[in-house]
Amino acid sequence: MKVAVLVKQIPDPSGAGRLDGSHRLVREGVEVVLDPGDAYGVEAALRVAEASSGEVVAISMGPERALEAIRKALSMGAGSGLLVTDPRLLGSDALATARVLARAVERSGAELLIGCTESTDGYTGTVPAAIAELLGWPALTFAKQLEVEGGRVRIQRQTASGHDLVEAEAPAVVTVTGGINEPRYPTLKGIMAARSKPVEQLGLDDLGIDPASVGEAGAGQLVSSVEPVPERSSGELIEADGAAARRLADYLAELKLV
Amino acid sequence: MGPSFELSPEQTEIRATCREFATEVVAPRAAEWDRSSEFPLQVVLQMGQLGLFGLPFPESVGGAGAGFLSYLLALEEIARADASLAITLEAGVSLGIAPIFRYGTEEQRHRYLPELCSGRRLWAFGLTEPEAGSDAGATRTRARPEGEEFVVDGTKCFITNSGTAITAGVTITARTGSGEGRGGISALLVESGTEGFRVAPAYRKLGWHASDTHELSFSSCRVPRANLLGREGGGLGQFLDALEAGRVAIAALSVGVAQACLDASLEQAQRRRQFGRPLSRFQAIQLKLADMATRIELSRLMVWRAGALVDQGRRAGRYASMAKLQASETATWCANQALQIHGGSGFMEDLPVARYYRDVKVNEIGEGTSEVQRLIIASHLLGLGGSVSKLLDEGGG
Repeated sequence: MKVAVLVKQIPDPSGAGRLDGSHRLVREGVEVVLDPGDAYGVEAALRVAEASSGEVVAISMGPERALEAIRKALSMGAGSGLLVTDPRLLGSDALATARVLARAVERSGAELLIGCTESTDGYTGTVPAAIAELLGWPALTFAKQLEVEGGRVRIQRQTASGHDLVEAEAPAVVTVTGGINEPRYPTLKGIMAARSKPVEQLGLDDLGIDPASVGEAGAGQLVSSVEPVPERSSGELIEADGAAARRLADYLAELKLV
Repeated sequence: MGPSFELSPEQTEIRATCREFATEVVAPRAAEWDRSSEFPLQVVLQMGQLGLFGLPFPESVGGAGAGFLSYLLALEEIARADASLAITLEAGVSLGIAPIFRYGTEEQRHRYLPELCSGRRLWAFGLTEPEAGSDAGATRTRARPEGEEFVVDGTKCFITNSGTAITAGVTITARTGSGEGRGGISALLVESGTEGFRVAPAYRKLGWHASDTHELSFSSCRVPRANLLGREGGGLGQFLDALEAGRVAIAALSVGVAQACLDASLEQAQRRRQFGRPLSRFQAIQLKLADMATRIELSRLMVWRAGALVDQGRRAGRYASMAKLQASETATWCANQALQIHGGSGFMEDLPVARYYRDVKVNEIGEGTSEVQRLIIASHLLGLGGSVSKLLDEGGG
């Protein structure tokens, strides 16, 4: 089975992110990495492909620098990459991004698309489901376990209290949580081999996408303001005055934790 | 690498991957292995799966074809987490695999390299003897030709990776000729389990506790003639060649430990408060941190310079010795500064600084002492091609 996986190059989340005047994350002049969430998607895709003697294609949309995210997926074991890059894509909202990626997925010939539940920079969490809708594929989201058997896709969908079993026929879109697997390290041989793996770079015209439907021009969504997350209160301090252990135990009992 | 000092995208990625592996897999358990003097076999096998042991060798022999500088970057990252695992890697690659890759026959390469490059097996290297260290020409171990075999008698000491569960054998130097000169020394591949080859219990060491080190003895040990590595009588020259690139690797390892000392010092200086402010606000501490960082960067540049020469197929020569001298002495100096910045807590084994301090000294000794590096550099300067024996013959005449 040919499996497509969505990868995204994002500013290193361990650094301090900055927003520009139009409330967009500053992506230039900062350290960038493969979205840590995507590593779970790549691992999940590799496992499905390995079990079915298939192949993984890593798909991304972004500036040319996003090639590094694709290379990372290639060094982990993906067979090829597809990058959609076009200056007219700048300012695209989540729906426009989904439009572009859906075309790229179609073009790749994949029968299964895997992504993480949401990116670690934008956090809209809507792109994979929108792609599914645009492709007319079922969306199986929040998978903490994934099995593919003879064209049947089965997931355990993480819920607040446990999981739901969800099944669909391929082609399908699956989003995976961080609990689904332990992503492998790229092997050093893999890093060297990634250089010679094919990566297709496409623009809007190659995919037949109307420029008016993407970028600033096609954005139906506008971030009007951004507020910082309210600071958490510092919590309750228990002084070590001899009775602290009892008060701590009482506190935990109150929360029904002990 | 050009004078821009920029790493290639692959080198950058290799370094990042090794850093991640070292941080996530190695660092959290380094203290435990240090305490128990346990050789962490499972993690060494994981290092093999990652591709560390085959990193600088071509794909044709099971390597990654990533070049020597990539290997140096990997060593620095592993050493930053644990010097013991770094020396396991360094000895496995520079001393175990490299001589077989360089001097082995097609058959020998085919027989050993795929297993060794994959890291499933380790190979050791035995040069040092009780009476022959810096003066490798004084080798006493004998390999008497007898029919299609050599009969080996002698002792090798301080041999890294020689007694692990995955050790496949050792390359030793031994006298195959009758004379006492340097020309009569050859290199032989001795497989583990050969009758008459005995591995003594592990040494107790000041540092590198998780590294596997033994004395080896050979008593009427019969080795097929086909196990001669390289030219008969060429053993010493080959070993000296292997040691040249190995020196750059020890330098890279030293940079890793020095960097770990700086990392720990920076953290401590910002966390620990005295006289109502963090240590980092005292100029006495700031100056130490700045000096450490500067010397480390200088050492790293020398490592890269020497590594780039090896990747260009040129001799690293004096640059290898300069890199090792500079980096190993810097590492010892940094460990000393780090311990001082940590004060009493640095003397306790609860923090890693004490381990760095114990681990670091041997870098000024192994694979050529600081004194020998200076002799080699002087020999180059005096037009004697880096030969210590020529320097001693002429200089002492």
